[in-house]
Amino acid sequence: MSGASGFSLFKRRNRSIIPGFGLTLGITLTHLTLIVLIPLAALMIRPWDIGLSGFWHQVTETRVLAALRLSFGAAFVAAAINAVFGLAVAWMLVRYDFWGKRVVDAIVDLPFALPTAVAGIALTSLYAPNGWVGQYLDPLGIKVAYTPLGVVVALTFIGLPFVVRTVQPVLEELDTELEEAAACLGATRFETFIRVIFPVIFPALLTGFALALARAVGEYGSVIFIAGNMPMVSEIAPLLIVIKLEQFNYAGAASVGIAMLILSFIMLLVINLLQRWSRRWAGV
Amino acid sequence: MSGHAPKSRVTVAEPGWVKALIMLAGLGFLGFFILLPLAAVFTEALRRGLGAYFEALVEPDALAAIKLTLLVAVIAVPVNVVFGVAAAWAIAKHKFPGKSLLLTLIDLPFSVSPVISGLVYVLLFGAHGLMGPFLREHGVQIVFAVPGLVLATMFITFPFVARELIPLMQAQGVDEEEAAITLGASGWQTFRRVTLPNIRWGLLYGVLLCNARAMGEFGAVSVVSGHIRGETNTMPLHVEILYNEYNFVAAFAVASLLAILALVTLVAKSLLEWRHGAELAATARRH
Repeated sequence: MSGASGFSLFKRRNRSIIPGFGLTLGITLTHLTLIVLIPLAALMIRPWDIGLSGFWHQVTETRVLAALRLSFGAAFVAAAINAVFGLAVAWMLVRYDFWGKRVVDAIVDLPFALPTAVAGIALTSLYAPNGWVGQYLDPLGIKVAYTPLGVVVALTFIGLPFVVRTVQPVLEELDTELEEAAACLGATRFETFIRVIFPVIFPALLTGFALALARAVGEYGSVIFIAGNMPMVSEIAPLLIVIKLEQFNYAGAASVGIAMLILSFIMLLVINLLQRWSRRWAGV
Repeated sequence: MSGHAPKSRVTVAEPGWVKALIMLAGLGFLGFFILLPLAAVFTEALRRGLGAYFEALVEPDALAAIKLTLLVAVIAVPVNVVFGVAAAWAIAKHKFPGKSLLLTLIDLPFSVSPVISGLVYVLLFGAHGLMGPFLREHGVQIVFAVPGLVLATMFITFPFVARELIPLMQAQGVDEEEAAITLGASGWQTFRRVTLPNIRWGLLYGVLLCNARAMGEFGAVSVVSGHIRGETNTMPLHVEILYNEYNFVAAFAVASLLAILALVTLVAKSLLEWRHGAELAATARRH
């Protein structure tokens, strides 16, 4: 990766008088190659043991398809919930003054800091039929823990900060003069929000949605406790990778892993295109 | 923001009931998804009193898990600090082709499932992995041993320091370093006397987030650990084992330590943002 010819090429183009370029880039590339690139290459190579047809056979197993559908479906629902409520939280933090606002602002990041296993067992104890929340839902016939609904709850938790933290800075920079102008021209508050504010914050909202979605698709720790992990019903794709590994089906595990990466990549590509289109539409 | 408020409050504010609804939705959401789980951890941990709580923490397997978690973090975090500073120096202070590709590659671990992060090391170093036979011949065990835990943790926490320092150092530019070099300082002197004081809070911020993730990581280490009690169990994995054995008080007791770590991280992070917000990449963008 970091051959001698590569370095001389870099050096010629680099006219900075600041030293240490070769050394620091060398450390960066070595570390990146050893820790990230070579291991990821191993993931790409492994399924070739079984060929393309073997790969296809592995990822189109009904159990694998059900797990992929659940992982991506639940992640999508959770990201949508986060888009709605995350927008409300961001709006509240930027536009309103209330007691304890700084603490509320700080605590939004808890899902980033709290280990996922801790979140998993805490949410399970809350939503189990005898838990603080579950005991009120159970008589209504709503089962959260050990069902796909539980998966959505866990994924909503871990994706919570993304929408808030991407929308918040955009709302802070939004000039209220635009809103005043809209109001002076006779727009109602609701029309102002839809026509003036929303188009400006939409790209950020989409970014937050995409980040929450990407994080939720691969999530493992917080989900496995609350999901119940019933094959075909509440078994997520990352868990299936672990199960295949435990059965020493390395090629199968790698195949599911690659399928997840490809699907995530396509999903993020679509969102990226949507975002570009919405930016042009909003004229930002 | 609030500077605009006096003259514009009449025209650009929601009706009272809409405001109340937004506050209710926002606070209710945070209450259900953040406060309740936190409260549940501590309540469940103390369900049988303080005696049972501390008993669960000083039990030998729990102590071994705490020690292992600290060991893994003590190795993985400094390595990623060296990498993060080196990457930021190369990327922010120099021009070279392929920079945006490099930035994308540095971000890769963020977009990969933790389980896949562990999986790649099993595929590489596991008994049936690419290098498995070679490692067995030489009597080296990586997967299902401490080296695997360290590697998987390094993979997961790889971008944290670099992602904080790169935008910060880019925003600071190269003028001060160039002045120091022109005045005869060596590269190392320039870094220590000029760059480091400028980035110290950003570095601390990155280390804080990196450490929280390193100590709390579950998915990646779960795949490479092998779950040998007292040997390859970190704290989050120990929580899982205890929980699956229906030993809930002990599981939540160990979990409460991790929750305290998360809360301390949040407080320290908030203090940094309030006191040194201008010297951080994360908040500098917001102001």
